[in-house]
Amino acid sequence: MSLAVPANHRIALVGNPNCGKTALFNLLTGSKQKVANYAGVTVERKEGLCRVNDEFSLQILDLPGAYSLTATSPDEAVTRDVLGGKYHGEAQPELIVCVMDATNLGLHLRFALELTALGQPMIIALNMMDSARRQGINIDTDGLADELGIPVVETVAVQRNGAKPLLDQLSKQHWRIPTQIEDRDLDARHERVKGMLENYVSRCGEERNSSIDDHLDALLLNPVSGLFILAAILFFMFQAVFSWAAPLMDGITSGIEQIGTFVTAPITPGSALYSLINEGIIAGLGNVLVFLPQILILFLFILLLEESGYLPRAAYLLDKIMFNAGLTGRAFIPLLSSFACAIPGIMATRSIQDPRDRMTTILVAPLMTCSARLPVYTLLIAAFIPRQQVAGLFNLQGLVLFALYFAGILSALLVAYIMKWLRRDKSEHALLMELPAYRIPNPRDVAMGLMQRAKIFLRRVGGIIFALTVLLWAFCTFPSAPSDYVGTAIDYSIAGRLGQMISVVFEPIGFNWQICIALIPGLAAREVAVSALGTVYAMSGSDDMISQKLGELIAQQWSLPTALSLLAWFVFAPQCISTLAVIRRETNSWRVMGFAVFYLFALAYIASFLVFQLSTALLN
Amino acid sequence: MNLSQLPKGGQATVLSVIDDCAHDAIAHRLRELGFVVGASVKILAKGFLGGNPLVVRVGNTRFALRKKEAQRIQVVTSL
Repeated sequence: MSLAVPANHRIALVGNPNCGKTALFNLLTGSKQKVANYAGVTVERKEGLCRVNDEFSLQILDLPGAYSLTATSPDEAVTRDVLGGKYHGEAQPELIVCVMDATNLGLHLRFALELTALGQPMIIALNMMDSARRQGINIDTDGLADELGIPVVETVAVQRNGAKPLLDQLSKQHWRIPTQIEDRDLDARHERVKGMLENYVSRCGEERNSSIDDHLDALLLNPVSGLFILAAILFFMFQAVFSWAAPLMDGITSGIEQIGTFVTAPITPGSALYSLINEGIIAGLGNVLVFLPQILILFLFILLLEESGYLPRAAYLLDKIMFNAGLTGRAFIPLLSSFACAIPGIMATRSIQDPRDRMTTILVAPLMTCSARLPVYTLLIAAFIPRQQVAGLFNLQGLVLFALYFAGILSALLVAYIMKWLRRDKSEHALLMELPAYRIPNPRDVAMGLMQRAKIFLRRVGGIIFALTVLLWAFCTFPSAPSDYVGTAIDYSIAGRLGQMISVVFEPIGFNWQICIALIPGLAAREVAVSALGTVYAMSGSDDMISQKLGELIAQQWSLPTALSLLAWFVFAPQCISTLAVIRRETNSWRVMGFAVFYLFALAYIASFLVFQLSTALLN
Repeated sequence: MNLSQLPKGGQATVLSVIDDCAHDAIAHRLRELGFVVGASVKILAKGFLGGNPLVVRVGNTRFALRKKEAQRIQVVTSL
């Protein structure tokens, strides 16, 4: 049956998880949505425009992967509702492009058959055809097309022209509804898939790829060697963040100094403008910008792990520990994303089927050490922890960083355990997680991912951090002290007075008033605390203090217990407005958000208090 | 026997997936994923003590399952 197609078409990409829908979407629309090698990367609908030629363009919808239209998790429900035309504010798509992993038709064909039963115009895109050919899989696309009554095209979403056959088919604008066959029963559908595989799919040669995967799995999924390798990977990652970044960071520091001297050269020293640029912007932003290399190294590791297909294996290895703590192995991926940033981490919980598991994961995600904490941690570690080797092998600074990450993980498990214990409902939770085939990370994708992270970081530095730094500078400058005022000018300013006032609350945990001031703008985002400290110290010191690095300065001015206490504070404190906003949106509840704020600040204060009092007692 | 009783490396053929309760969503999903009569399965990995969770290959796909999920799948070992 043929249809004449009206203008302004809406097309939905649908298919099983991890078959390359988003890679295809990026190729068609020129977007840069996140892709990786595990099920559940895309958890919400994404829209983009695909320009076929000058007068013809298509509205493409990328939907979360689903195994079936009988949805079991919030992300699958989105796909079901959009396809059924029940999604709020969204018209039903006019054409379904069913994307399938050509190397795994046995699983993916069944969902395709379920989709044909919708009676909508449809095209099938056999994706990952390059891997299928490498594995010696031959697919009779014409035979498939004849049986289903719809076009079947081959695509390779990771190649530049890999979507051309699909584009050609889309631009024909001559879409067809699949031939209806009464096979609504699940068993009948499986039977039909079996028949189709026999008729249209043949294999030549050995299953080479999957045997490599089997060997890797034997090593990586083994409870002993697997856990050992996982620990080694994470450990190496944190060591590398410290040791690889050092030369790059020195380069950035001297670069910023040179720019600073160049920019401030024509301005009279002592004027308000000079102070704003030198003490406000350069002292503030420069101190944050320095951490770009460390953040990129961390992301390099995260991207490599995501692309390789290792992440779900790690989730499998940790499932038992996490289950005992009241979480699910599936929570591993959202929690690991939270090491980058809690916001995508919390959104990734949509792939968790069980609402209780999902809630617990959302509440503990802010405890994972996000990359915004890295500037705070490394500033304090570099200033207070001696640079020495432990056991001739490990860098002590790297060890402390590892310990801080570990503290976050451990407290997340404890909090989850307590929540499980408080919960009355103890019915069953399911794991049911697909382990994808291993893949060698594509250098271009990794480079693109790193570029994106660098852009996000620089945008934050130029946006929120810049704005708050200038604001803080103003609060530290005005009202300006009268000429007969004894003491530094900052004591007379709004920020100085405010800092002195609230420092009463923070005295038991060892924070001085400069830290207290820095924590206020730091509520918006954690890195701001570093830029704010830079500004506050630059404003309150003499000129030779400004020229000193912030790290050296605080190493002279703070006691070790204060530094340790601040580290403990940042393990817990929810100093990030955006995270709180996402918690509120994802749980649709102010109460849950309020609870998260309360419990995290309470833990932060208690932990800092214990660390400060204990280390003070020990050192005296 | 059920899937959780298979040793590591063990192969078998699926007989059925048994509902644990009325309208068992987990059992339904297992069937959708290919655990249907006649499907051949192989245990690729098992957890530390008690073999929980485990990794099973059905068709061309690997899944991680907890013991409670694996116990729903009735199998017979291939000769």
